[in-house]
Amino acid sequence: MSRKLPIHGVMGEFEDAREILEAAESAYAAGYRKMDAYSPFPVHGLDEAIGFQRSRLPLIVLIGGLIGGLGGFAMQYFASVIDYPLNIGGKPLNSWPAFIPVTFECAILAAALAAILGMLGLNGLPEPYHPVFHVPRFELASRSHFFLCIEARDPKFDLDEARRFLQSVGAREVTDVPS
Amino acid sequence: MDEPKEPHYELAASAEAAEASRFDEAPIIGPGYTLGSVTEKISQITLTRSTPRWWFLGFGISFLLLTILLYTISRLILVGVGIWGINIPVGWGFDIINFVWWIGIGHAGTLISAILLLLRQDWRTSINRFAEAMTLFAVAAAGLYPLLHTGRPWFAYWMFPYPNTMGLWPQFRSPLIWDVFAVSTYATVSALFWFIGLIPDFATLRDRARSRSFRFVYGLLAMGWRGSAKHWHRYETAYLLLAGLATPLVLSVHTIVSFDFATSVIPGWHATFFPPYFVAGAVFAGFAMVLTLCIPLRKAFNLEDFITIKHLENMGKVLLATGMIVAYAYGMEAFFAWYSGNEYEMFMIKNRMSGPYALLYWLLILCNVVAVQAMWFKKVRTTPALLFIVAMFVNVGMWLERFVIIVTSLHRDFLPSSWGMYHATRWDWGMFVGTIGLFLTLIFLFVRFLPVISIFEMRTLLPEADVHEEKS
Repeated sequence: MSRKLPIHGVMGEFEDAREILEAAESAYAAGYRKMDAYSPFPVHGLDEAIGFQRSRLPLIVLIGGLIGGLGGFAMQYFASVIDYPLNIGGKPLNSWPAFIPVTFECAILAAALAAILGMLGLNGLPEPYHPVFHVPRFELASRSHFFLCIEARDPKFDLDEARRFLQSVGAREVTDVPS
Repeated sequence: MDEPKEPHYELAASAEAAEASRFDEAPIIGPGYTLGSVTEKISQITLTRSTPRWWFLGFGISFLLLTILLYTISRLILVGVGIWGINIPVGWGFDIINFVWWIGIGHAGTLISAILLLLRQDWRTSINRFAEAMTLFAVAAAGLYPLLHTGRPWFAYWMFPYPNTMGLWPQFRSPLIWDVFAVSTYATVSALFWFIGLIPDFATLRDRARSRSFRFVYGLLAMGWRGSAKHWHRYETAYLLLAGLATPLVLSVHTIVSFDFATSVIPGWHATFFPPYFVAGAVFAGFAMVLTLCIPLRKAFNLEDFITIKHLENMGKVLLATGMIVAYAYGMEAFFAWYSGNEYEMFMIKNRMSGPYALLYWLLILCNVVAVQAMWFKKVRTTPALLFIVAMFVNVGMWLERFVIIVTSLHRDFLPSSWGMYHATRWDWGMFVGTIGLFLTLIFLFVRFLPVISIFEMRTLLPEADVHEEKS
């Protein structure tokens, strides 16, 4: 366990998608790096505004699909050519066109599982506890309101300054988030 | 209950007419909604304490039908598939007819959720959730049939490749094994796609539920979702990738189902155009079922602002387009039989049109080809009651199509000495009605306990969700 900070961060509440987008952009411009924005629907550009570049997810899905496809074909090859070859009228044992449907389905299945488990894994879900839920009004994040949280692990973090900063960018309500 | 809605249609229709004259900008969401009110309106359906009386009535009837299914399955397992009407030569009866019918119905759900997402059709948003639910429940009903048709369902795992003491493998060159892989992959991916779509809405329900136990259950399902921008980024990436994967998957599933027929030598089955024919038929059947479900649903839950006339009209258009493809396929079936010069093929089509099952063939043409022509008229496409009637015709018609393809091809194939007839027994009918009960029971449970419309996706349709206007 790393050192435990007494506070998770400071959270500001916004009522509008455009407001939080602008607030997040100014926070990044002000030098904050460890922050997160919470919204009831995906706001385009918000991920970039808080400095999130790109996800490795597509690569994980590609690898999943390749493993599924190659594995599916290998399984059929092993079964039909190596482990239990059946000579039927001298037809080729490796009858690959007949193996395509199962290969394809295995590729899709593995890629889909990779997409879902990869997404949950990278997001750290399921996560039974998270400090932001301490904020009473945070339940509105899944309804209609937007929240920007500047986290205490940010090297530039200073409690008073972060509070003042959030107020200056137009947060309706600024709350400390206990960890 | 009906009275107050009527003027609403008028209003929507006239507003739409005015909008349409300005070029295809009819509303897909009623005016005056905010992030909060959309959330309230949809989550209220799930979170309300008072279950409407019609729900108990509908659920009760569905559950009664479900008990018929349980009874017929028990009887089937005790006695064997001999209680069905299948025989030699007609070894595939209701079991395969209903399997193909149900799985075809499921396809519209994936089409709406995946293909229309990739095509950026915004109107899919309010219907994708329950169309996906419909997919899942239809696949559950479909999956029962091949399982029970094996006669010894407790050995069904023999169809999967696993190391076993018998040293055997499934026959990977058989379309029936392809089916096992296709349907189980389809069921798995559809269920996961559906669940992933529900996670942000589970979070909404968790935050809004008043009862402790509901908050606990929804909280468990939401897995700690908090709407973080980083999470949304990966979420949207995953959702888009899944849509991209589900699109070829759904096409492959019905293609493989059609291979069950097309790779055989039976006249009427042995045709290269079966895959596209079956896929179009599946979409046709599925959209009819979506209409059948969503017309009463929007009425019952007052969702006319979210599932607007525009949605119904678009679905009517899809029905017309796929109906025309299916009609073309019926024409081609006859043409191929004639053009092949093969006497068995020619006999098959003649027997289909004028043999002992001719009545069913012509009913099928009436339902799938003639009735759907009503969709050319805007008046029909924008009147829910008429759309519902046409959709019912298609539901019946697509079932008849599968009956005609399967039974008329098998019952008189090559040697007249081995011809026969097929009649469904009451157990066949009982099981069919029972799977409808299973499907409807699941639908009723779904509309009561889960949000019928994707709440977070509806939020993105609101004008206030558009942050790019000023920036660009």
